Amino acid sequence: MTDITKEALSPPRSFLSQDAIQLFYRLLAALLICAALSLLTDSFLSLGNILNVLRQASLTFFIASGLTLVVLTAGLDLSVGANVALSACLAGTVIHHTGSPLLGILTGLACGGTVGLLNGIMVTALRIPSFIATYGMLWVLNGLSYWYMAGETIHGFPAGFRQIGSGYLFGLPIPVYLLLIFLAIGTLFAQRTIWGQEIYAIGANPVAARLSGIPVARRLLLVYAVSGTMAGLASIIFLSRLNSAEADIGESLTLPAIAAVLIGGTSLFGGVGTVFGTFVGALILTLVLNGMNLLSVSANWQPLVTGVIVILAVWLDMKTRRRAQ
Amino acid sequence: MREAAVISQTNPLQRIPGVAIVLVLLIALFGAIAPGFLSVANLSNVLVQSTILTMLALPMTLIIMTEGLDLSMGAVLTLTSLCVAIVSLATKSMLLGLGAAVLVGAAFGTVNGWLVAIVGIPPFVATLGTLGMAQGLSLIVSDGQSVVGIPHSVRDIYSATLFGIPVPIVMALVTYAAFHGLLYHTRFGTYIFALGGNREALKYAGLSPNRLLIAVYAIGGTMAGVAGLLMTARMNSGHPTAGLGLEFDAIAAVAVGGTSFERGNGWLLGTILGVIAVGVLRNGLNLISLPSSVQVASVGVLVIVALFLDGLRSRS
Repeated sequence: MTDITKEALSPPRSFLSQDAIQLFYRLLAALLICAALSLLTDSFLSLGNILNVLRQASLTFFIASGLTLVVLTAGLDLSVGANVALSACLAGTVIHHTGSPLLGILTGLACGGTVGLLNGIMVTALRIPSFIATYGMLWVLNGLSYWYMAGETIHGFPAGFRQIGSGYLFGLPIPVYLLLIFLAIGTLFAQRTIWGQEIYAIGANPVAARLSGIPVARRLLLVYAVSGTMAGLASIIFLSRLNSAEADIGESLTLPAIAAVLIGGTSLFGGVGTVFGTFVGALILTLVLNGMNLLSVSANWQPLVTGVIVILAVWLDMKTRRRAQ
Repeated sequence: MREAAVISQTNPLQRIPGVAIVLVLLIALFGAIAPGFLSVANLSNVLVQSTILTMLALPMTLIIMTEGLDLSMGAVLTLTSLCVAIVSLATKSMLLGLGAAVLVGAAFGTVNGWLVAIVGIPPFVATLGTLGMAQGLSLIVSDGQSVVGIPHSVRDIYSATLFGIPVPIVMALVTYAAFHGLLYHTRFGTYIFALGGNREALKYAGLSPNRLLIAVYAIGGTMAGVAGLLMTARMNSGHPTAGLGLEFDAIAAVAVGGTSFERGNGWLLGTILGVIAVGVLRNGLNLISLPSSVQVASVGVLVIVALFLDGLRSRS
């Protein structure tokens, strides 16, 4: 109860300047990491590596951007990684059988969106807490992917399709263009539309949101469906980048996506955060992992570092919010 | 003791049907369609295989009663299982291996409790972070490889018997007795009910809810350490992904067993029935040759159904 009262006292709009300062700190952190890495390694400042960082960050961002909306409503979607895996496997099969990348892309998006919608139904109609509902969904999806693939790998896709993940346009990787497009759409949707503002309101104070006539259940359904669809989109990019689909590709994706959202300053308690912040979060996380890679730290360290970053990010967020109050 | 009895009587009888019906239905179903399911050898196999899960699900019940969650348990179990393997391999001593595992598990549990109680991070995110840390440490200490060649003293624990009862089952029974005594017959147990039901009341009674909460999570980590010994003994090796996802089976057992996620109600016997239900489900699907992927998916469905029913009950 006290939490809700506190949230009600700090509506998201009145902290815009505070948010801007937070964002500035995060951009500064990203720059500092860049500076440190260019001093420590020879290879960081090469064009190839920087484009690689951007491409990697865009993959994390696609999953994390939809997740941001969920976290803004004080929910969580733990099923995103498993969703990417299942969507990629289904999309890969369709492309293989029909030879049509378009049908495959539609399949991936539809699969992701359907899973997201099911999550939304569990959270709204069945009233299961979001982290438990999506955690159950994670295992259902994992089971389905492994069962469907039965240890097989689908690989070798049409060259045109592979351009989506690994192609270049005017010297920039195509995923980076997609990143800019979805960054713009996400920011406009969250900040400049009534639906976006309603999502903030639901996260800040669900009771007040309902009493002021916001259709809370429908907006939540939308948010989970968007999160699932973005996972579907990510699955397409992964598929065309890896040129193969396997049941286990999603296992290492959920934690980084959550980390990106939290580093980006979106509060787990809802109502505070931006899609642009999540982009910066994805960039910071990718820079750290890329730096570890360049410094030839074993990949075995990545889950440990990501876990520590998740906890540090929440801790910092809670500390700054406490001070702001 | 009396208080505990009063609180725990928020009608356990109403819950008994739920999980018991699920269990009876599952046993009847697999008895009918799975050849060899009802044999004594298979049923005792189900029980022995459920012992590791029991050691996770009992403390998970306490954690969920405090309106918390521990997603790191499977990863911590993996790490402690590796501890048993590595330490017992180096020292040839089962007890030193167990000691190291319990220490590491308790440390992780304490960190979880500290993050949840003192730092105030929502439990599912705090333990998701420590899940990553435990998983990373498992990969680092094992270098991504299996640890093999562990001494007989560890291996024999899984196959030995005491008065004709397999040692893992004896360990599970002792654990159950300890948890039952702790929850229903000590003051600490009463406080655990209060942690989920009415935390303010604890404060007014002059107690520190934070310290109690840390203790509950620390118990979870410690039990993951003990379960690590059984895991290593069962696999006869330490493996960097051995226990991943087992926390989900534990949460499933607790949810099916009728412990509520929102009101500080817990029922240990229900959890045990839930553990057996999950074990029967996995074993039965295995016997009709469905792959483990289907088992995972069906446990997921089981949880969602159980939570849905729980939601219905709490509304009525």
